[in-house]
Amino acid sequence: MDKKNVSSVKTDKTEKKTRSLRIMNMHIPYHIIMVLWSFIAMFPMWFLLINTFKKKTEIYKNFFGLPKVWTLANYEALFSGSDFLTYFRNSFLVVVISLFMILFVGSLCAYALAHWRTKTSRAIYYFFVIGMMLPIKIATIRLLQIMKALNALNTLFSLYPVYIAMGLPTAVFILTEFIHGLPGEMYEAGYMDGASRFRIWYRIVIPLIRPALATVAIYNLVPIWNDLWFPLIFITREDQKTVLLAVTRLQGQYSTDWPKLLTILAMSALPVIILYLTMSKQFVKGLTAGAVKG
Amino acid sequence: MTAKPRKNPAFQGGGSIRPGGIYWMRYVIPALVFYVIFMAYPMLDSVRLSLYEGTAGTRQFVGFANYVRLFTDEVVSTRFWNAFKNNWVFFAYHMILQNALGITFAAILTNRTMRGRQFYQTLIFIPCTVAVLVTGYLFKIMMNPQWAKAPLENVGLGFLVHSPQGWLGDPGTALSAVSMVSVWQWVGIPTMMFVAAFQGIDDDLIEAASIEGANPWQQFTRIRIPLIIPVIGMVAIMTFVANFNAFDVVFSMETLDGAPNYSTDLIGTLFYRYGVAGQHPVGIPEPGVGSAISTSIFVMLLCGVIPVLVKTQGKE
Repeated sequence: MDKKNVSSVKTDKTEKKTRSLRIMNMHIPYHIIMVLWSFIAMFPMWFLLINTFKKKTEIYKNFFGLPKVWTLANYEALFSGSDFLTYFRNSFLVVVISLFMILFVGSLCAYALAHWRTKTSRAIYYFFVIGMMLPIKIATIRLLQIMKALNALNTLFSLYPVYIAMGLPTAVFILTEFIHGLPGEMYEAGYMDGASRFRIWYRIVIPLIRPALATVAIYNLVPIWNDLWFPLIFITREDQKTVLLAVTRLQGQYSTDWPKLLTILAMSALPVIILYLTMSKQFVKGLTAGAVKG
Repeated sequence: MTAKPRKNPAFQGGGSIRPGGIYWMRYVIPALVFYVIFMAYPMLDSVRLSLYEGTAGTRQFVGFANYVRLFTDEVVSTRFWNAFKNNWVFFAYHMILQNALGITFAAILTNRTMRGRQFYQTLIFIPCTVAVLVTGYLFKIMMNPQWAKAPLENVGLGFLVHSPQGWLGDPGTALSAVSMVSVWQWVGIPTMMFVAAFQGIDDDLIEAASIEGANPWQQFTRIRIPLIIPVIGMVAIMTFVANFNAFDVVFSMETLDGAPNYSTDLIGTLFYRYGVAGQHPVGIPEPGVGSAISTSIFVMLLCGVIPVLVKTQGKE
């Protein structure tokens, strides 16, 4: 009888302890903070999305709520006009061509800098790395003159070289470090088999550095897609505008077509958000790359 | 079979196990060409341009006249020092609020036993993937008292509407409102950097500290924070550089003039008005003054970045 009692007290005590531990491990205050911030972070996105499904008259009356009458009219209007598709194509072209060139030229350069290790190569490497700290915007005035001289103003060709130059410092930094970290026997084996250095680059190096290439691509994709500064300065011609530049012209002096504006904003944000949600790990790695070593 | 004639090994490079510099330059040159012509050279040449006045046809050397104008001229210098001051306020919001939030979120999100961390992490980062222009317009609409007043009062949040002209129309609150929107948008970046930094800390250190009797707060301030000083330094540098890059947020919420009454004018918008678009109402850009502004940014960046780099990154 006595013995039983003691043991039951004991189990009671341990049970209490595990229960309090369990409650502690639920981290209720932490969840409150995170839920609150998640709400604050998502609210404008929600606001954007629901308002694209409202009629023009309803936006004014029913600002934050779900649409009373759901309509796809805004999207239909957007896709039936040809202008939006042109802007979209331009933005797409700019991103794809710039990214391709950054990866192509950057990986060639990194391949060389990782293998050719002399004072000159270190100097070139640091010359690129300094560029990570300096915003290309401060070169704008000279760039404007260069583009004028090259007769590239008002075409997408004024944007490609600027974005390529802007992306190269991080590309060279990340890729050189990555290639340097690869085991050297692989190239030497390829070399012994009689492959040329260039062949080794595209047959051995490129497949091996794919994760680093993805990081570089994402690091540059978001700022290029979202850039307003250079299109705003270099481009005024209607058929060469990027999506974001076109949006700025929708804000009229006297009246603004809010449904159209919001729908274009949503359509410009959507591709990147979807891409992010499908590969969020690489995104976070990419967007914080260059800052954390390794 | 006769052996092929040997060329200069430095040129042949690809055929030797340690090819020389001239061989490797072929791989480096394409990148160098883009980087030098479209970034390094225009950046440095802007310094030279700041010593000239007028545009292409009529350019003449004027020495430091543009700087004298920028820093002392009655009209120009008022604008410049105003934007300079606003930039420091803008920076302070990010440095203090954004990075403190980032460290807090990161500390929570690296809690091993907490559920749903991945979910929160994904949500926090979404605004960072959206263009500043998009979020700027959205907040501008949402902060418009004409529209937002009635619906907010209906749900008891009427206090969020500041005054008839709204947060963005009052010179006393506009800069804070713009800064907060920018903080809201970018808080995900420092959060993720601190998450990575905290995850990199050796578990044994934390375990040893807790065996020694350190409470979670002590573990946080005495062990985890000191160990991520290099990352804190890096975040500080990124915040500082981004500060001078800011343009879109003011452009979308407060127009190019940094309305109301230049209270949200930043160096970025000032640079655009003087160097690229031309100051209202004259409308003729002054590349000389613009270059003087960009050179000043360049110098301020170097003065700000190098000491922090040396202090926080040196001990590795």
